[in-house]
Amino acid sequence: MTKIATREAYGQALAELGEEIKDIVVLDADLSGSTKTSVFAKKFPQRFFNMGIAEQDLMATAAGFATCGKIPFASTFAVFATGRAFEQIRNSICYPSLNVKIAATHAGLTVGEDGATHQSIEDLALMRSLPNMTVISPADGVETKKAIRAAALHEGPVYLRLGRMAVETIFDEDYEFEIGKGKILREGTDVAIIATGIMVGEALKAAEVLEKDGINAMVVNIHTIKPIDEDIILKAAECGAIVTAEEHTIFGGLGSAVAEVLAEKKPTPMKRIGVKDTFGQSGKPDELLKLYNLTAEDIVNAAKELKR
Amino acid sequence: MGVSSQTLEKLQSKARTIRRHIVEMVAEAGSGHPGGSLSSADIVTALYFHVMNVDPQNPKWPERDRFVLSKGHAAPVLYAALAERGFFSKEELLKLRKTGSMLQGHPDMKVTPGLDMTTGSLGQGLSAANGMALAGKLDNKDYRVYVLMGDGEIQEGQIWEAAMTAAHYKLDNLTAFVDYNGLQIDGPVTKVMSPESIQEKFKAFGWNVIDIDGHDMVQILEAIEEAKTVKGKPTVIVAKTVKGKGVPFMENQVDWHGKAPTLEQAKEALETL
Ligand SMILES: Cc1ncc(C[n+]2csc(CCOP(=O)(O)OP(=O)(O)O)c2C)c(N)n1
Ligand SMILES: [Mg+2]
Repeated sequence: MTKIATREAYGQALAELGEEIKDIVVLDADLSGSTKTSVFAKKFPQRFFNMGIAEQDLMATAAGFATCGKIPFASTFAVFATGRAFEQIRNSICYPSLNVKIAATHAGLTVGEDGATHQSIEDLALMRSLPNMTVISPADGVETKKAIRAAALHEGPVYLRLGRMAVETIFDEDYEFEIGKGKILREGTDVAIIATGIMVGEALKAAEVLEKDGINAMVVNIHTIKPIDEDIILKAAECGAIVTAEEHTIFGGLGSAVAEVLAEKKPTPMKRIGVKDTFGQSGKPDELLKLYNLTAEDIVNAAKELKR
Repeated sequence: MGVSSQTLEKLQSKARTIRRHIVEMVAEAGSGHPGGSLSSADIVTALYFHVMNVDPQNPKWPERDRFVLSKGHAAPVLYAALAERGFFSKEELLKLRKTGSMLQGHPDMKVTPGLDMTTGSLGQGLSAANGMALAGKLDNKDYRVYVLMGDGEIQEGQIWEAAMTAAHYKLDNLTAFVDYNGLQIDGPVTKVMSPESIQEKFKAFGWNVIDIDGHDMVQILEAIEEAKTVKGKPTVIVAKTVKGKGVPFMENQVDWHGKAPTLEQAKEALETL
């Protein structure tokens, strides 16, 4: 299976889209080599703006571009995009509902060796709290490319959560992506695993293990954290047990969004796989995923506990 | 540059009308920011009634000049100018800050015709103005972008990020104003956190700097014209002003930053205006 980081796919998608959509401009904050906006910058130097290490200026400048009909993609690491510039995103982008796309890379623990200061585990919670914001967390390279295109065509602010680490490709090129619509990747009846981002791959692995143990697991990919696909969550709830999985704090992200839907519409026993109210640390991405209980095995255990 | 005495008189009278609106609307709203609205009334009048190329019939006209009120709390001065310029009915002014109004406490571009940017959180407007100026350059458009900041507001770090950006990208289609009224909420700017020397700071950041009396219409117009001729760098017009200008009991009084006059006080103010 091919492996590609979602940030790589972003860089390629952006350079392709730039050809087609002339209104796209790209802004970065001295991380274009890492966020992969450098691919676009090379191809369209006139439409690329390095803002220096100034994330607040980055976001509000993007807002100004959007008022003039441009489609700005603003990129930096997720922790700086959503943390440092949160209030700029709130007041200068989301409140006026400007057409800015925030494509943030290096989300989650799989940033690895750089450690906790660089591992964004609360960005989904922050971005999800903002009115007018659409929040997308793709699972692989193919989905990322489709999501970038969909975001460019969508009118309004979008947050795209991308990763540093290469991940296995799950989807075929003809996979259909629609903002706000989750996807059942595997039918099942005993338990539903609802996952986002790099945890989708783990969820699929977990379902195979569970199968051998006689548990028939449904796997649902939620690429759009907001607006959340309520229908698919309610369908998943028919299994009678739900495990959510995200490379993010268990507070305010996918698990919370799913729990909100279930609590009001169909209370269902559930467990959340995610970072448990703690910061990360330096290490190899795979080691960190194990250390913080973000693996297929952890999903399997959670599912079994629910079925006990 | 020759400005006819007729034009000057027209602008001065318009500024007076705008000051009257400010007092009336803030009094009617029962809250708001008269001090910083009054201090920038002459600058905003010059922009909307002499300088800026805008079309009230077509507020989103892509070729228009743009204005960003970075010190968004001075919304009343902008609303008064937009209403006087014909973007919406003057009756709207008395609905300021009321539920369902198109005139929110701080500027909301989604609901107010003619408003180019949502502001209110200080420190963000210069960046947005830069984005507009960059877009104009990219598309080879002739429009100019104006932005008004407070002298307290420039304590925000983001202003200096944006100041770097404007110079770095040689935004000579951008003209900024600092409403140098010397006051912020907790007292004089030099006591709270001195921004001085404002002129030297902008110079060091690569800007063209013009010093003026922000209540002298001729100086305002001349500075704006001069800015248009400066190539390769942005211009900031540091406009020395009086907070509360035009209403004697409000002038230079820090208390009148964010307090509405009573109806009695408003009456007294209107008599002097
Ligand atoms: C980010 C932010 N912090 C604080 C405030 C609250 N605030 C509103 S006006 C103001 C003082 C502004 O002073 P100045 O920029 O000098 O404005 P002026 O004197 O022209 O009214 C403050 C602190 C705000 N609106 N935004
Ligand atoms: Mg002031």
